Amino acid sequence: MAQITYRDALRQALVDAMEADDSVLVIGEEVGRYGGAYGVTKGLIEQFGQARVLDTPISEAGIVGTAVGAAMSGLRPVAELMYVDFIGMTMDQLCNQAAKIRYMFGGQIGVPMVLRTQGGTGRSAGAQHSQSLEGLVMHTPGLRLVMPATAYDAYHLLRQSLVQPDPVVFIEHKGLYTMKEEADLAAEPPAWGKAVVRRPGADLVIVTYSRQVHQALAAAEALAADGIQACVIDLRTLNPLDFDTVRTEVEKVGRAMVVSEAVMTAGVAAELAARISEECFDYLEQPVLRIAGEDIPISVSVELEANSVPTPALIEHAARRLVE
Amino acid sequence: MNASPSGAAPDGARGSNDHLLERYRDMRRIRTFEERVGELFVRGESAGSMLHLSIGEESAAVGAVAAMRDGDTFTTHHRGHGIFLARGADPDRMMAEIGGKDTGYCRGKGGSMHIADMGLGHLGANAIVGGGIPAVVGAGLASKREGRGAVSTAFFGDGAMQQGILYESMNMAALWDLPVMFVCINNQYGMGTRIDRATRGTQLHERALAFGLAARSVDGLDVEVVEEAAQELFEGARGGKPGFLAISCFRFFGHARKDKSPYRTEQEEREGRERDPVRHTRERLVAEGRDAADLDALDATIAKEMDASIDFAIGSDAPAMDSMFRDVYGPDEAAPESVRARLDRVLARA
Repeated sequence: MAQITYRDALRQALVDAMEADDSVLVIGEEVGRYGGAYGVTKGLIEQFGQARVLDTPISEAGIVGTAVGAAMSGLRPVAELMYVDFIGMTMDQLCNQAAKIRYMFGGQIGVPMVLRTQGGTGRSAGAQHSQSLEGLVMHTPGLRLVMPATAYDAYHLLRQSLVQPDPVVFIEHKGLYTMKEEADLAAEPPAWGKAVVRRPGADLVIVTYSRQVHQALAAAEALAADGIQACVIDLRTLNPLDFDTVRTEVEKVGRAMVVSEAVMTAGVAAELAARISEECFDYLEQPVLRIAGEDIPISVSVELEANSVPTPALIEHAARRLVE
Repeated sequence: MNASPSGAAPDGARGSNDHLLERYRDMRRIRTFEERVGELFVRGESAGSMLHLSIGEESAAVGAVAAMRDGDTFTTHHRGHGIFLARGADPDRMMAEIGGKDTGYCRGKGGSMHIADMGLGHLGANAIVGGGIPAVVGAGLASKREGRGAVSTAFFGDGAMQQGILYESMNMAALWDLPVMFVCINNQYGMGTRIDRATRGTQLHERALAFGLAARSVDGLDVEVVEEAAQELFEGARGGKPGFLAISCFRFFGHARKDKSPYRTEQEEREGRERDPVRHTRERLVAEGRDAADLDALDATIAKEMDASIDFAIGSDAPAMDSMFRDVYGPDEAAPESVRARLDRVLARA
């Protein structure tokens, strides 16, 4: 099997999708000649030309709005938002337009577009370039939300996003682009909208997604050295949300925590913890814990930044207390 | 499609009395439809009071739509009934939608501010000021790619002239040579704020010129003046030179049905309503030899048509409750679980 980075898997997904479907086009800031701020779209403009790889002015709302209109007109736009932190610029087009058009118009038409963006900490990018804003998306009915943790998932979930009938917000993690893994992209794709158990375990369940999957796996490894077996669930998509897998594992084990890089209050972890508490109450031996980002902006300092979001050490600490 | 929208070939050549009669009929249909919308509200049969009438703006809708062709697409603002009617909308289905009925264009889920119809190229009315503008850039991209020559038009009011998204959109349309039109129906008021209280730059087309669009501002009293400017700009847009047209008119009534316009004087309203494009056109027709009795008969026919639309709306059923969770996602996707169903499921386990 070949080694491939998360970034190259994403690029390969775009190339393969554009070759397979002439209606797919890429639109965004610096996606063409520059090759993408994080290099995901490198080489696309040379291969597919300016008509399908559109460099735009710095106009985030206009980019998303253009993608909405293009998607309503038979195209499959992949709009790129350079940082998820810029999502505020696009909220009307994303949440009032893309998300609601099918419903408001009585099912006449959908908006099959993908908004690719990236978020998270790890590059000392500061408070306006390091956030995890998936909660805003998850809070808006009509938007699908995808957050891959591996290169294999990045490839397949992006390909699958490009055949969805509805708008998909696809949030990559900036800390994963250079991560390499053995992956056979030609292998059977994962089922869309299904979580995956990354590691089985009989003592507690860690529900997570995106880069925190790797932090959770690192914590699980350390716990295993002391005989504590943590099950790690990677949700892969937050909408659709595969709660069946979560429920099944939590009911087996009776202890659960949710790990998310997004800030804790009113966040994705809060929603997941509430659901687990509500639906698995009779099986729980301990309160469901949230291990989430601190309720503060992200600092540019490497040390402060690293401790603003869950670390393997924090996950491990909480897990030990949970199984005591 | 309903009888003779402006986009259909008129009986007479432009500038002829027959041509003007066509335009008069389309404008009268809008005027009467809007009056009936007001009646629907008074009778308590509209879904809410978010009803924005375009009375006084009929020449803008009819004149601009006259330049549209089959296959063209458009978005409108929240005051868009007239534009859609001019483009050929069925008043029955419009009125039903305004009443929140299942027989409406959007099955009662959209209402006055979210009417859309893909069959007529209506990509949607919008309740966010400026919200529908960038979609025409995307539609223009698709049209250019397919070489269809179709123009996509954003209709909006003077309020949207102060929204940033307009400038992002005009800039991209010009940058990419797209077949796109921006039509500003300047009725002098963004809700209760008169244009000169919202901006120092009241020569609206100058802003579009700055972005490299072809642009004009015209007075909306005479529908043929509007139409002539629209034809010129749409022709350029079809060739890849996007255009901007500002049409000056006066919003006869308040922002929405319950607004009694405390922010403007009676004198201003009186003078504004003297600039009535429907009456102006009628007077022109009569002056040019059209029999006033024929026009009265036409008005009466239109009144009956629009009365029937009220009956249709009132007689239609509300959407079925089970449609509530439909169309959040695509037709083959699982519908969201209702709060009630979820509660029952959770409590059954407890």
